[in-house]
Amino acid sequence: MSATSTSGSIAGLSISFEKVEKRYGSLVALRQLTLQVSPGEFVALVGPNGSGKTTLLRMAALLVRPTSGKVNLSVSGEEDTAAIKRRIGMVGHFTMLYDELTAEENLRFFARLYALEHPEPRAMAALEPAGLKTRARDLVRTFSRGMRQRLAIARAMLAAPSLLLLDEPGAGLDRDGAAWLAATLHDFRKSGGTVLMSSHGQNEALTLATRAIAMHSGSLVADSGPGGNARAVIENEAASAPAQRSPAP
Amino acid sequence: MTRPLHSMTLSRASFTIVAKELRAEFRSFELIISTLVFVLIVVFLFSFAFDPTVGESRRFGPGLLWISILFAASLMLQPSFSRERTNDTLGALRLAPIDPFAILAGKLLANFCFLLLVELVLLPAFSVLYDVPLAPVAAQVTAVMLLGSLGIATVGTIFSAIASQARMRELLLPLLMLPALAPVLIASAEATAGLLSDPPELQLNWIVFLVAFDVIFLTAAWLFGGYLLEE
Amino acid sequence: MSIQRSRGIPGLGVSVLASALLMGAAGYAALYVAPTERSMGDIQRIFYFHMPSGIIAFIAFTITFVANILYLVNRAPKSDWLGVSSAEVGVAFTTVMLVTGPIWGKPVWGVWWVWDARLTTTFILWVLYICYLLLRGLLDDPERKATVSAVFGVFAFLDVPLVYMANRWFRTQHPAPVLLGGQNSGLAPEMKWVLLFCFIALTGLMLILLRVRYQLEALRYEVSEMKVIADSGSRASN
Repeated sequence: MSATSTSGSIAGLSISFEKVEKRYGSLVALRQLTLQVSPGEFVALVGPNGSGKTTLLRMAALLVRPTSGKVNLSVSGEEDTAAIKRRIGMVGHFTMLYDELTAEENLRFFARLYALEHPEPRAMAALEPAGLKTRARDLVRTFSRGMRQRLAIARAMLAAPSLLLLDEPGAGLDRDGAAWLAATLHDFRKSGGTVLMSSHGQNEALTLATRAIAMHSGSLVADSGPGGNARAVIENEAASAPAQRSPAP
Repeated sequence: MTRPLHSMTLSRASFTIVAKELRAEFRSFELIISTLVFVLIVVFLFSFAFDPTVGESRRFGPGLLWISILFAASLMLQPSFSRERTNDTLGALRLAPIDPFAILAGKLLANFCFLLLVELVLLPAFSVLYDVPLAPVAAQVTAVMLLGSLGIATVGTIFSAIASQARMRELLLPLLMLPALAPVLIASAEATAGLLSDPPELQLNWIVFLVAFDVIFLTAAWLFGGYLLEE
Repeated sequence: MSIQRSRGIPGLGVSVLASALLMGAAGYAALYVAPTERSMGDIQRIFYFHMPSGIIAFIAFTITFVANILYLVNRAPKSDWLGVSSAEVGVAFTTVMLVTGPIWGKPVWGVWWVWDARLTTTFILWVLYICYLLLRGLLDDPERKATVSAVFGVFAFLDVPLVYMANRWFRTQHPAPVLLGGQNSGLAPEMKWVLLFCFIALTGLMLILLRVRYQLEALRYEVSEMKVIADSGSRASN
């Protein structure tokens, strides 16, 4: 599998969270979160389960409204929400794929929704680097976990995004898949894209991070800052994790 | 390469979604076939329960027809939104750079098509089983079916979005839909009955009523439906 | 973060007492002061509670409709409290209407239920707002509960005039006995006074019920807020 190439430079997209709080009744998912992500940063998001990583990512994707505070995405020269959304690629906690459609139909559908030129060839072209070309006409229902994940990543990259929001993108990937993901992210970062990626433990892709933030129970507890020692924050979090994690069922 | 081909208008996005819904359903027809079988069973059960004479069939037929359609719709429209929750494909739709109403409109139109397809088979079967002459008034009956089904699809799709967020959604959707669609039941059944009477009569007041119902609820869906898609 | 501790409802005791007196007086008026109706006899006296209940129910549901729209626009919890309180009060008064209808109908028409437009619409109205309350019970997250039920509330309210019209036209084609005999059929002046008095008494009752129920929602919200503060407090001390 070759790396999905992103030719040309990508206009950087910045994210800003100002005192953002998200509550579900008396459950606080995010508390007083303030965060600025500049264009081109590769931010690793670490923390135990339930710390609010998924909520933060979904908020950055404009899927979740804050209970209070403000979330702002901006790209120079772009004002309206649709134009900004076009620049977001997301790999979520769920695959966000239609089981009852084929791989090709899924990508073609999203290509159309994102108003891309030539949706059919675009969809087929996206399948090849993901190693799914031979399964293009198979229903996603028949795919293994790893294959679905690869398709989800291919879909995130489909519209040549400026921002990647990744929620444990390595989950379910085999070694080849993980290598492909790392290469894709490497190219993406080189062309100036912004990445916000959550991960449960250390993996290949985490070595690409230029910054790391750690979360506990909805609060930001550590931030290496742009250009800081991302590695230290990640390792620190991984080291303290066993004590924090509840016993496995 | 990142510039879009064209602006993603509401209608374009809606039709893309309709196409997707149709493509998914036409692969196996599982929804339409199950609904059809259900409706035919209901129609048969009515005749077992009441054992109508020919005259009674003609009198009760239209009401029966529309009750069956309502029951069928209240089951058939359930997966519309609940299916989008399994893999969070609803999240993918909301993530896309489209007007949120396109999601509702696309599903509404697709559900409307599915309902019409069910009725396409149901009507001839009904005509045969209850000996009602539909052929002479086919055009007018089609108009009534279109207007009535649009009302059912509109309210049903919105309520599907509502029910899919709650517990007990399989029971909740019929519970919400059936009382709310009582006006459509009355208007459609009456209009159909008028067309089946001797001589056939197109009761314009019911037609206008159905148009008004459809316009009111399509507008309400447009104004307020977006709130149902939030998180 | 501070919480506004809610005091008890000012003047509640006095209001309840006044309302009880008013209701008692209204009952007395309906039973003894109003003249006996010519054709239906004493059973007609139920009308003095039946009809105002219907109007008050409708007022309550209108309040819910407005509160629903307000909530969708400004997302203020208070709008949600008003909406659910008014809906519950409306359902209560609609229940009164649906119960007094058959009690009246049986001696007059010989049947417990008549399928006239007004009663049928009342029944659908009752079912729709019970669904509104049921729906709320089946949604867990407070914000989703408020938003989703608000949208349903809007649809339900828009539906009611359509239900009424459909039933009216249906009944002109398939006539059935009309329960109320039409308010326009002349009411003697004494009857009109009693009716007005009962209406005022029932409105007073409605306002008290609304206020108390609203307070209950406000308190629930406050408890929820306190839980959040308690949680973050315990976390800080860990």
